[in-house]
Amino acid sequence: MLPSDLKTEQFNGYPPEARKLVTDHLVALRNLPLSFVPSLLREAIDYDFKFPPERKALEQELATLKSLSAGETVEWFQRFSKISLSTKLERFDWVNLPAQFVEQLSAHLWTTHQLDAFRVAANEYADRLRASARQEKPSAPRLGIAVVGQGVASYDEPLFRKLRPHGAYFNRVNPENGLKFLLDAVATRAQAYPTPYGHWYIDGGLEAHHHSALTCVSYERLQPVRSALLRKMQGEIERPGMGPEALRTTLAQMRPADLGMAQEGDQVLDRFQVKLLTEGSGTQIFSTVFAQWAAREALRRAQPVTLLVRFAPRQRQKPMNELLSPNTVAPELDVIGSLIDADMGAYYNWLNQQRLPGADEALFLVWFEGHSQALAIAPSMPRGTESTTATDLAQILSWIL
Amino acid sequence: MGTRLSFTASSTSKKRKVVVITFGGGARDQETFAPEGQENIPHLMREFIPQAGFFTQVINRGILGHYVATASLATGVYETINNFASLPPENPTVFEYFRKDLKRPSSDAWVVAPSNGFNRIGESTHRSYGPGFGARVILPKHLLTAAMAGRSADYEHLLRDNYETPYYTPELGGREFELQQLEMILKLSADDFKAHARTLSSPDELSVYIARQLMRQLAPSLLWITMHDIDVAHAGAYSLYIEGIRRTDRLCAELWKAIQAEPEYAGKTTLLILPDFGRDADDDSAGNGFQHHRTGDALSRTTWLLALGPGVREGVVYDRAVDSTDLVPTLGSMLGFSASLAQGKPIKELL
Repeated sequence: MLPSDLKTEQFNGYPPEARKLVTDHLVALRNLPLSFVPSLLREAIDYDFKFPPERKALEQELATLKSLSAGETVEWFQRFSKISLSTKLERFDWVNLPAQFVEQLSAHLWTTHQLDAFRVAANEYADRLRASARQEKPSAPRLGIAVVGQGVASYDEPLFRKLRPHGAYFNRVNPENGLKFLLDAVATRAQAYPTPYGHWYIDGGLEAHHHSALTCVSYERLQPVRSALLRKMQGEIERPGMGPEALRTTLAQMRPADLGMAQEGDQVLDRFQVKLLTEGSGTQIFSTVFAQWAAREALRRAQPVTLLVRFAPRQRQKPMNELLSPNTVAPELDVIGSLIDADMGAYYNWLNQQRLPGADEALFLVWFEGHSQALAIAPSMPRGTESTTATDLAQILSWIL
Repeated sequence: MGTRLSFTASSTSKKRKVVVITFGGGARDQETFAPEGQENIPHLMREFIPQAGFFTQVINRGILGHYVATASLATGVYETINNFASLPPENPTVFEYFRKDLKRPSSDAWVVAPSNGFNRIGESTHRSYGPGFGARVILPKHLLTAAMAGRSADYEHLLRDNYETPYYTPELGGREFELQQLEMILKLSADDFKAHARTLSSPDELSVYIARQLMRQLAPSLLWITMHDIDVAHAGAYSLYIEGIRRTDRLCAELWKAIQAEPEYAGKTTLLILPDFGRDADDDSAGNGFQHHRTGDALSRTTWLLALGPGVREGVVYDRAVDSTDLVPTLGSMLGFSASLAQGKPIKELL
């Protein structure tokens, strides 16, 4: 089936808001190539469970597509139209299983050496879309905070090397009550600029006491969900004929209730957390990876005004099968390895923050927990500098906010 | 090309040997040869570079999955086989060209491969080559599993198979290295093998141990070692990825020392080291940096090649781009066979 054959009733399996959104724009979708439409439907089918910025972006994208003239549509999608697809892909139920289609499309593009052409088409489309939409700045300059190195007694190697060219490095920071101060600071912002899912606290361990205005995700809090997921994965893998593609498909279809999450919970946040574990790689086993991926996805999807990420020690590496087995014994921790992971993770947090609107005004702070090293990035901070003056986190934040 | 081939054929001898190491599991420039990455490869930087020819840009235009990319390196053609299926390459491998053209026995071409998924890499399905002309393939982890007879608890750190889809371990088919060959070919008793394995810390260390045994006992002229520890990066922990690079750097140095120490290899062996491809760039929003190699961006497609040994001009850096598929024709020119179906061209600077 091709997009030109799309009919309203084919979307009866979609959640209600997603169904309405798509069917309202069906005329526009019918004019688009098959190499493109399922990628859009993959986002649209989850519309009911998306964060506000994602919903808005999707609405804007569909409205833009609807507004294109016939000539503009041809111009915008000519590169996608040149992508050659297989009959197998055309026959796939891409309306109801768009994510699985996109996965198969990806394999097809690699195999037929069309990946580079598809990348060009996708980047060109993204550029056109960006140019057509108004980029809304956040209600306040975005603030990202990364707290790294929990549990590390001492570390002599240089930290924040990738971030140093972009900000000011401090090596005489008073660490006393640092975490509490930072959590209070983000809570203050959450109250000053109230936005749904606008202020986040992600913890790679068990979350510290925090204000209820913060959207909180923690690795330890998800322990029962992670265990349930690992049990299901073990069960699936033992089934005859189960391969990596089939396992990925099974994981992609898991819902919060499948993993024991309460029905009455926050459906948007619960789905977000399940996706972190079912779509992320390594998030099920390494807390540092979970924290980094959760931050990436929160920034990409919810575009928070404030994001505090606290990395915690991950378990030591073991054979993969052992890591993936639900285990009740407290694992041995790798605190130094976790600090190195988190140092890179903080850099990725900053990179991901800089991809959002308002990047030129965005603020970032990384602190070696319990120690005297920190680094701040802000328009007011001289880049690539180092300060040996005694200070504390309150003062540094006051300089950048 | 004809002139070059006739020249190289006359300059090669049955004594010349080539060892290829794929610097395992995809490594980026910024964690290896870029200035900020050089601390991770002290052996390559200090011991190898001064005596090597170094190509700064090797482009892989194929599928960036480890099995299919390694198969492409070994055939000189961008293979399109399923990365996660136990399938042989569709085009003749370097081992088949080598053995058929030069009439070499099966004992003269060996592959030491990291995971069960690589067990078919030694021999293609091509009708002009294929069965009977391929390399013998050793899967050290399979060997260890067999030696353990199911009691592998003490050795699980050596049995990690596939980091990208950790649950997936294909059933073995085709040419398996039988357990009894441990004693017949490698001259190792199962007990000695197990005892030594207990002292090792990673699958690649096990591979290097097996490769050294092969060199000592059979001295193959064409030895291909595929490293894989670095691919732990898929789990997302940067420290483990870096640890994998540092270990691979050390293992390359150990192998080069072994080459110098073995009379059958010393002074007549060319060593080529290259990653199968890179990993995603930090600034590509479609990826997650070092963790994967899924975007197909320039960084994930661009890597390096280091060559050392007789005939290689020492300490020379070449910035011109070469292609991953150039490896097999280059080996052909070095060893004196024609890689007639390969897509690439011989790298003239190495001949």
